[in-house]
This record gives sequence, C-alpha cells and structure tokens, in this order.
Amino acid sequence: MLASLSPQSARINPPQIVTEPPLLRAHGIVRRYGRRIAVDDVSLDVYAGEVVGIVGESGSGKSTLLRVLNLEETPEAGSYRLRAAPKLYETDLLSLGRFEKRTVQIHHIGVVYQNPHLGLRMRFSSSGNVAERLLIAGERSFAALREAARESLSASEFPIARMDDPPRVLSGGMQQRVQLAKALALKPALLLLDEPTTGLDVSIQALVLDTLKRLQRERRLAIVLVSHDLGVIRTLADRVMVMRDGHVVESGLTDQILDDPQHPYTQQLVHAKL
Amino acid sequence: MTALSSLTAPQQPYSYGYLDAHAKRELRRRMLKAIAVPGYQVPYASRELPIARGWGTGGLQVTLALVGPESIVKVIDQGADDSVNAANLRRFIARMSGAATTTDAVAATLLQSRHRIPEERMREGQVLILQVPDPEPLRAVQPDMSKSAQMHADADYGQMWLSLYEQLVRFKQYIQGASYPSLVNGRHIISPSPIPRWDTPKLHLASHLTILSAGREKRIYAVPPYTTVAPLEFSDVPFQVEDQSGRACRTTGVRNRFMNEIPQTDGTSQFELSDSGYAEKLANGIMPASTYYDENGEFYHAGILKPAVRPD
Repeated sequence: MLASLSPQSARINPPQIVTEPPLLRAHGIVRRYGRRIAVDDVSLDVYAGEVVGIVGESGSGKSTLLRVLNLEETPEAGSYRLRAAPKLYETDLLSLGRFEKRTVQIHHIGVVYQNPHLGLRMRFSSSGNVAERLLIAGERSFAALREAARESLSASEFPIARMDDPPRVLSGGMQQRVQLAKALALKPALLLLDEPTTGLDVSIQALVLDTLKRLQRERRLAIVLVSHDLGVIRTLADRVMVMRDGHVVESGLTDQILDDPQHPYTQQLVHAKL
Repeated sequence: MTALSSLTAPQQPYSYGYLDAHAKRELRRRMLKAIAVPGYQVPYASRELPIARGWGTGGLQVTLALVGPESIVKVIDQGADDSVNAANLRRFIARMSGAATTTDAVAATLLQSRHRIPEERMREGQVLILQVPDPEPLRAVQPDMSKSAQMHADADYGQMWLSLYEQLVRFKQYIQGASYPSLVNGRHIISPSPIPRWDTPKLHLASHLTILSAGREKRIYAVPPYTTVAPLEFSDVPFQVEDQSGRACRTTGVRNRFMNEIPQTDGTSQFELSDSGYAEKLANGIMPASTYYDENGEFYHAGILKPAVRPD
C-alpha cells in the first residue's frame, strides 16, 4: 500500500501523538511602549513541525510578539526558550547579551517580512543576500558560499539563472522567495513569517504558500505565522491564536477556530467579508 | 630703567606648530590611545585650520602635533611631492615649525601622505601620517554609526565580506581600488585611507608607525610598528594587488612599481611612476633604498601575496 504512493506523498509524515517537549516555549511575554501595552502576558508553545498562526487586526500586538520571538525587541517581562541546540534550552534567551542573542538569531531563527526592504539588501545580489547569513556565521570560502546560496535558492524555487540579480529588479513573489532562501540558509529550527504573502497577487501567493508548505513538511520546521489573511492561515496553520489589544482572546485548532469561533471578536473576524 | 618688553617673551602671532598647547596635548594623548589599541578609531576634537575640511586637516593636525624643529617633513599627494596641495601643506608646516623639508622618503622623519605609501621601504623611527576621508570601514554594509560601533565592539565583521562577495560575483576578482578593508592585529578592521591595494600589504609588520587621521570625521587610528595587517579575503580567493606587469615608466623605464596611467591622444596609454620622490632619485642617478616590491614584483615579506585565483 505504501509502496504504491508517489515519493512526494511518501515524505509526508503520518499524524503522530506528540511526545517531545515544545521547540519554542514563550511564557508571560509583556511588551510596553510607554504607557501603551502592545503585548500583555502572552504565552505560546510551538512544537517541531507545527505551524501556529497568529491572527488579529492591525495594532493587536501580533507583529510585536513576532519581533520579540525574533529577539529584535526585549520585552519587559516573560521568558523565552528554544530547544534548537543541546545546551540552548537551559537558558532564557531574553537574558542573553547582545552578541549571544545575535548568534541565536542567526543560527536558529529565520524570518520573512512582509516588506522585502526590511529583510533584504536591495542593491546587493540575491545570492549575496542569502550568503550574508553564512558570512555572519563565519563561512569564509567563496565556493562554499556560492554552493549554499544556490542550494538554498533552489529549495525555495527561485530560478537559479537569476541568482545574481539584485532583489530590486525582481518581482514581489521572487523577492519573497529570496527572503525565504535567506531565512532558511542556515537550516534554522524556527521560522517566523510576518505577513509573508500580503501584497502578492493571488496566483503568486498560492505558489509561495506551496513552497512554504513543502519546506515545512520536508524540514519539520516550526513556524509562527502572523497574518490577517484567514485564507493563508487556513492553508498553512495547524493551530491559531487570535489576538486583540495585546491579549490572546481565543486559541485552538485552525478548523475549530475558523469554523466554530466562540469569542465574539473571533466571530466578527471570521465573518468579516467584503 | 629696564624696558618692560625685555622682561616678556617676544610676541608671536601663532603658538609653535600653529595649534595651541591644549590641542597638541589632546592629539598626542589620542594618538597614544590609538597606538595602544591598534586599529581602534579614537574620537578627537578636530580643530579649525587655515585649510578646508577634506583637504588633509586630519593629517595636518597630527603632523603639527608631532613636528619639532629637528623634524624632516615630506608631504605626498597622490604620490607626488609637487602637487598644489602637497606643496601648500609642506610650506605651511615648515613655516609654523621651522622643520626642514625633503622629497626623499628615506631622509624624512615625518611623512604626511594622501593616497600612497612610498615605494622605498620605510624604517624604524619614521612616522607615516595618512589623511583619511572616511574612517569607517563598515559604512558600506551598516549605515547606522551606533550599530557599526557595536559591531566593532563585538568584532562582528562577517558582513564586510559581503562587498567582496559582490565584487567576485560581478567581476571574478577583487576590484576595490582603494581603502581596502584590513584586519589589524587580528582584532579591528580598518579602512586604510584611500591607498591603493598595491600599498595595503606594506602596512603588514611594517618597521614604521602609521597614524591615520580623519579631520572631518574626527577619528584617529594607528598601525603600530610590527603589527599584523591582513587585507580581507576569502579562504579560496586570495587578496591581489593591482597588476603592474607590462607597465614601464616612460621616463625612467622601471617596472613593477605603482604607475600613473597617462592616456594618449591616439587611444593608447603611457605610464609614469606614481611616487615622484622615487622617480626623482632615479632620474638624478641616486641609488634608491631597498623597495617593498623587487624588480620582479615580488613582495619583501615572502608568502604574503599569493598567486591569483579566479573563481568560477
């Protein structure tokens, strides 16, 4: 029976009971901007190979939470652990110094922003953008950098013939693929996606989502996906967290939340259609 | 009756060496700090001078703080002693300090230079003062100065190779013409002023002291004698100096020196020694001192310059 399946579908792991501890464990995150509380006591567990979607309107704190998870911002309270390397889980990442934070960020966390200008150097070559991660991690062989860039770009289905074109001459979908290749260049355990397909037209959006889904399955990536597009959430996410004014108002399995929302705000969000 | 004037020091329009005593003391302290931490950019209060910022005020302040009546000063601009800027600075330094001037790189004790390090090997006790327009090597990859200061503190220099990567991708070789980033003493990356790649290895384990000063950006940094200076390179694509083979000086006929290209009306080019002090010695039949590069273009420290590799 299994032998008759194509190799593509044979790679998909059957559902299993999760016995291992979560890869990402963030607890009680509080982030204030002056008197305004952007994220108020949010906790989040993500297991390896799981996609957690965060939905909510603009200003609900979802992007701030993502920046905290990417160690770009230090929250006022909370703890954050990542089971990405043997010793790493014992330390609270938020207590690390600047340099250690950066090392963790480079090696274990990949990020794709909505706006490619935030994540890419527009005037450098696409392959150089991907190679930058390896350079920061200490790779100094030009041949190895080329090979890694080629491998990572082809994994994110970027046409290799254009690998030395700068992102500014590429289309939006291509730019997102370069960002994805850059994020995955060092094979991180955790991938953070901040509205990765917003602003792309629907057909390109579907292609980028396909690539994301495939990479997530192949590499057993843990993904935290921030989006206000419920279609994207439904396609990718296993679990959903609904945020409003810095609080989590509802969380659960994607189907459960999107088909049978309990909280009035979630009901409003799910039924809001143009 | 004693005249009051005979009891006071004769009035002078300027203090010795133009800068006031406090300025010179500050500059000397900053220089000592720069020497103590090779390659680290020390901020200083850049003084007003009777030349405009960008015309060598950084170098001039260092020279004026170091010069004494017994000093012998050489000023180089683009390799030449006779350009307007070099002549102007040299005359000013001599007038303000009473120091002797020369065009001979071996005889000089203080050499202020823009763009070049002399072809003849400098010796212990000499000070080379380089004028720097932009001291921050990280500027190309990190425009935020507070972030680049953090990167220097963390020795977080990975991104510097990104510009080299781009050069290799586009041109299959390092093409950066000047200010080639180099790692000093295994710790700080410096932008060694706009000297050509040809001159960059001359800083490595040099016998002389090099002080680099940026007047507009208010930064001093130094390469002390016998300090390692490693131009950045990929492990599989070694650093290269400009190829001077096939170029002969049109007046002296020497080869394997850094040449100025002189375009001709028929579209061809002729070449001329860039180091005018060295050319002057050759023209007058004076035996020059030993040079950094020999007649075959071999560098005096063996094994520093490796054969070229073109990546595919």
